[in-house]
Amino acid sequence: MSVNIVVPVKYVPDAQKQRTFREDLTVDRSDAILSELDEYPLEAALALREAAPEAEVTIVAVTVGPAAASGAVKKALQMGADAAFHVDDAALAGSDALGTSAALAAAIQHVGEEHGGVDLVLTGMASTDGEMSVVPPMLAERLDFALVTRAGTVEWGEERNGLALTRATADATQTVAVAFPAVVSVTDQANEPRYPNFKAIMAAKKKPSAVLTLADLGVDASTVGRDAAAASVQSATPRPPRAAGVKIQDEGEAGIQLAAYLAEQRLL
Amino acid sequence: MNVLVDLGHTTALRSPDREVLTLARTVAAGGTVSVLTHAPDAAGLAEELGGFDVAVLLAPQDAAPDLSLTDTALLDAALAESGATLVLGPNAAEVTDCFARLAVRHSAAIITDAVGVDADRTVTKSVLAGGYTTTVEPTTELAFVTVAPNAVAAGEAQGGQAPDVKPLAVSASGAAATVTGTQVAPASSRPKLTEARVVVVGGRGVGENFSLVEELADELGAAVGASRAAVDAGWAEHSAQVGQTGVTVSPQLYLCAGVSGAIQHRAGMQTSQTIVAVNKDENAQIFDIADYGVVGDLNKVLPQLIEALRERKG
Repeated sequence: MSVNIVVPVKYVPDAQKQRTFREDLTVDRSDAILSELDEYPLEAALALREAAPEAEVTIVAVTVGPAAASGAVKKALQMGADAAFHVDDAALAGSDALGTSAALAAAIQHVGEEHGGVDLVLTGMASTDGEMSVVPPMLAERLDFALVTRAGTVEWGEERNGLALTRATADATQTVAVAFPAVVSVTDQANEPRYPNFKAIMAAKKKPSAVLTLADLGVDASTVGRDAAAASVQSATPRPPRAAGVKIQDEGEAGIQLAAYLAEQRLL
Repeated sequence: MNVLVDLGHTTALRSPDREVLTLARTVAAGGTVSVLTHAPDAAGLAEELGGFDVAVLLAPQDAAPDLSLTDTALLDAALAESGATLVLGPNAAEVTDCFARLAVRHSAAIITDAVGVDADRTVTKSVLAGGYTTTVEPTTELAFVTVAPNAVAAGEAQGGQAPDVKPLAVSASGAAATVTGTQVAPASSRPKLTEARVVVVGGRGVGENFSLVEELADELGAAVGASRAAVDAGWAEHSAQVGQTGVTVSPQLYLCAGVSGAIQHRAGMQTSQTIVAVNKDENAQIFDIADYGVVGDLNKVLPQLIEALRERKG
């Protein structure tokens, strides 16, 4: 028995820095990194592998994006993924979530063909740029896999043909059982992602990593990209910077002054 | 335009539900508004929907036996029943999951976290942690849109007729997970962080005396939030974390104490209407965006503020 896990990863503009839109209304990715939220599913996959060596887990990272997105798969390989695929095709530029998820689903199927099936797709809870959280359910729908979103803990299920998970809903914590094949998104509470050490960084250079085009995946290029987008961005306006307002020094009465300000602004 | 509103598993309206219903009534502009709940017992909800010009309340006959699969089938059935070209819902995971699946099934647009929707279905949303405002247009006949809390003013229910409840029977086949146990969180008397009109947040500077922040929050009827530093220190639950990897809030009043205002934190709160900051470091970044800043010791300022608020209530 072996278990094949795919972790989709995204190359996103560094959220710690100023992020901007380009003239074509796409997000500028010139200063990009692996989405921080994609480190958690990678760590979850690695933890599953380490918890059960006999399960013979193979972890494959997959990304969709331009040439620079190879940085995301490189980091994934350094963290411990065994192999990577990068779907890079000019026709993908300007894709919405439907287009991206179509390319990603095709890439996951491709992994399945090369590795004898995909049992589990582990994703982050959102990307740190789009923040829509729609790709995991879209993948479940396209692949006809079971779906669990926002898992807070990830463990093997009985017999290791599935997982035992917990997830927080608005007012409760659920325990969930899911059999493979499944798409599971994990939150940033699921674990503490490891930092790749020097040895892991060197080892990553020898791992298999392939670039695929839409033609390789059998995806019709006219179904993805800006022209096929079902949601079309019409404008992107930078938010006017917030100006600093009043600043007072506490000279013993600041609490009273603040209460007066709140009353004056009708905020009480 | 016919509009379908998916309220998720709600059995009683909360403010984000009222906001979405108000928006639906506006954009429908005379078209039909249908509402779907995923909870089987919907009689009480129908009463509450009376004032929102809702034509029909659709509800399942039975609770879904699985996660996501049957709920998606239920929404699909409601969609067919309603003839809607716009499906709205609060921006909650259970709603987004169903919308995303059906967006694939029907090749329809999905736009999340809208702060506004026009009658021509143009959606306004705030992206890149509040750094940009975008307008997005669906190019498809059908569109799914989730609405951010606190973005639309909820209209008062206008004393209309409670809609008829129409039961929907659905079954779905396919791969799905099952819920094997549910532990309901103890109910809090405080409003939910993402929905609250007032949010009081404590940061690293609060120290172990986090109860001071809670006391102020209760005085203001506010939700309690925390910076990542305060959560990492164990003073507050992760669910209270405001910022990049926590929740994003956009309340009328955001009052923080001992928060330095790192970019990751600002990402979660900079669309708040009024920002008030108390910090002993006069160079703290939070003062760059605060409408009202107090440079001082929060252990003196907050108790005095609480006292002053109590006197005003008198």
